[in-house]
Amino acid sequence: MLSRDADAVYWMSRYLERSSNIARFLDVNWHLTLDVPEEKGEQWKPLVVTTGDYAIFKSRYPEQRPEDVLYFLTADAQNPNSILSSLRAARQNAFSVRNSIPTEMWEAVNVFYHYVNDTCVRPEAIIREPERFCAEVKWRNLMIGGIASDIMANDEAWRFFRLGRLLERADKTSRIVDVKYFLLLPSLDHVGMVLDHVQWAALLKAVGGFQAYRHAFGKIDPSKVVQFLILDHDFPRSILYCLTEAQQCLHDITGTRIGYFSNPAELQMGQICAGLSYHTIEEIFEQGLHEFTDDLQMRLNVLDRAIYETFFSRLPAIDQSQQQ
Amino acid sequence: MNFDGYEIGPFYDEMFEASGVARPGTRLLLDKLRSLPANELLTRQAAAEKIFFDLGITFSVYGHEQGAEKIFPFDIVPRVIEAEEWNHLERGLKQRIQALNLFLDDIYHDQKILRNNVVPRDIIESSAGYFPVCRGLNPPLGVWCHITGTDLVRDANGEFHVLEDNLRSPSGVSYVLANRQILKRTFPQVFSASNVRSVDTYPSQLLDMLHSIAPSRQTRPSVALLTPGVHNSAYFEHSFLSQQTGIELVEGADLVVHEGYVHMRTTRGLIKVDVVYRRIGEDFLDPRVFREDSLLGVPGIMDVYRQGRVALANAPGTGVADDKAVYAYVPEIIKYYLGEDPIIPNIPTYICRDPRQMAHVLANLDSLVVKAANESGGYGMLIGPASTKADQEAFASKIRQDPRNYIAQPTVSLSRCPVIVGDHFEGRHVDLRPYVLYGNEIQVIPGGLTRVALTKGSLVVNSSQGGGSKDTWVLGR
Repeated sequence: MLSRDADAVYWMSRYLERSSNIARFLDVNWHLTLDVPEEKGEQWKPLVVTTGDYAIFKSRYPEQRPEDVLYFLTADAQNPNSILSSLRAARQNAFSVRNSIPTEMWEAVNVFYHYVNDTCVRPEAIIREPERFCAEVKWRNLMIGGIASDIMANDEAWRFFRLGRLLERADKTSRIVDVKYFLLLPSLDHVGMVLDHVQWAALLKAVGGFQAYRHAFGKIDPSKVVQFLILDHDFPRSILYCLTEAQQCLHDITGTRIGYFSNPAELQMGQICAGLSYHTIEEIFEQGLHEFTDDLQMRLNVLDRAIYETFFSRLPAIDQSQQQ
Repeated sequence: MNFDGYEIGPFYDEMFEASGVARPGTRLLLDKLRSLPANELLTRQAAAEKIFFDLGITFSVYGHEQGAEKIFPFDIVPRVIEAEEWNHLERGLKQRIQALNLFLDDIYHDQKILRNNVVPRDIIESSAGYFPVCRGLNPPLGVWCHITGTDLVRDANGEFHVLEDNLRSPSGVSYVLANRQILKRTFPQVFSASNVRSVDTYPSQLLDMLHSIAPSRQTRPSVALLTPGVHNSAYFEHSFLSQQTGIELVEGADLVVHEGYVHMRTTRGLIKVDVVYRRIGEDFLDPRVFREDSLLGVPGIMDVYRQGRVALANAPGTGVADDKAVYAYVPEIIKYYLGEDPIIPNIPTYICRDPRQMAHVLANLDSLVVKAANESGGYGMLIGPASTKADQEAFASKIRQDPRNYIAQPTVSLSRCPVIVGDHFEGRHVDLRPYVLYGNEIQVIPGGLTRVALTKGSLVVNSSQGGGSKDTWVLGR
């Protein structure tokens, strides 16, 4: 596969997944605010913090009202990680590889983009009723995932598609876990109380994992929720699940057996996966949940750079691996 | 919707012999159109447009990204060409392409035709499409022009003429295929009853042709389509052809000359390329040979080509044969190489290089169509009857400054097709661009792009000038 095309498929997939994650936690947060009426916009700010764009947000919206958060994350073309910006980037990438992906996928991305672009022209409707817009973004992403799994040949393009999606998802799940760190409870007394409970359940709903959690663990228990989101082997949005699947994709691309590495991407990926696979949730708490996610995100950034250097930079990958 | 108020006017109408009288090939179609409930046709037109839009077969109206997008205008009522008429065209196109290829090979080798004074030497040597650096090149199979799109028009008597030859990198074939896919969904019953010849084999024929010119005999040569990139107006076509044939779509930076061969940069390292279907002009192909400032091409690719280690389709240098001043000589070219009269005539053409002809052109600017010899896409044209005195004066001074670069033709009243305009039909002028492939043999796809001048009365059909298109049905019997 052309390096340029691999790059474009990977980023198309990441941007689509990004839009889906924003929609998911916006939606959950909106429901949360309906359940737990709040005085000010405190419930909304963490969402911007987790996307990593708080600095831009603060500079553009000094008042930081809830509707500012909603606009910033959905229709704000100035925010590089808004749903609108993500769709633009996804579509641009899809456009340049429209010959390498199924027509149905290109069409779905194109129609999706037009839906978002047209809807964002009148953001008042999104802000008044984000649920409808978020649901649409979620469904359209599920459909594109369905196209990928049902009609795409399991070739390199598909593997780069999966790789992008899984890495973005791992990153976003870790950020969603981190939301809880920033979601302030009114006081320590509230730990374990109704509000705390609602918030943990909200995290599960944000990743669509509430039912799967109920089946596996029953009662909402903070440490179990964290374990489920980070270390579960069966839930497709847990960090460990995403990363071990991503590792498989990476090794399928190069043909190198897992346990070995032939390039910097596999080396970095192997280290992350090994670290996670042989960690207990107690150790993660000991390290500190926030410190753990911080460290993971840093490693994922290093991995992303390694993937770029190995496959997408226009230097031939084989020459690089031979140098090792 | 019906044809009650439809006027044929003083033109050849592609659908009607006379007011209300269908041509034999269009009867089935007309019956169908007449049987549709009111508004049904408009509903189908809207549905077809939505398919185009959803598939992203669009262009940006202003700038890109943020701007509104539009589809290329498209009319769902097809244009029908009967079997006999088509067979005649097919023979004529094959004859023309064969002669033009012999001409190209001669021009870049012995130049016998120039030495025999059949074509004036200075016309060739002053042509912007003539590249002396291509002399002595030997393309595989001796074929220079592998893909041609020849523009045909019908005059008031219904006779077809060649309007111009496009031998560089003619575009539009993707619209032929896309229009057809959509028309099949739009009129399924009448389509199958009409015995319309298929155009869907074009991608396979294109692929076979590209394989046939691969320098080394391999079971599966590696082929790449070289595009200027996503910002090019024909990018949809490049992407579509790549998808339909499975050949790689590459930009210049994806290719590199390495150890004497052309390679593409892939996730697994460099992979050798045997054939490049280039959709960029040769002047952008290799900065070491042509334009130094070109960023679109591949440094060193011409060297590899010269050594016969990569094939290029079309071969560099073919543009000399579609120079509009050379066009005037194509009937002589056909006679010279094949000893035959042209099956499809040219439009009578005045060459301003000839002082007597120039005087005639200058005296009749209000009735002639004047064209710059090396422009395409409807640029650099004066349409006499539709021009102002000021336009004519501006063109007269351009012609006097550079007579070599201008030709003129009588205004042909192009044939018309009914087109949906609002809630009724109106006649609009059309041309026809069939596509010809030349590898081991010459093949013409049955049909082609019918381009429509959407503005009432206009003769300009180019998409860059606001033209639209129609599906073209060639009947099998």
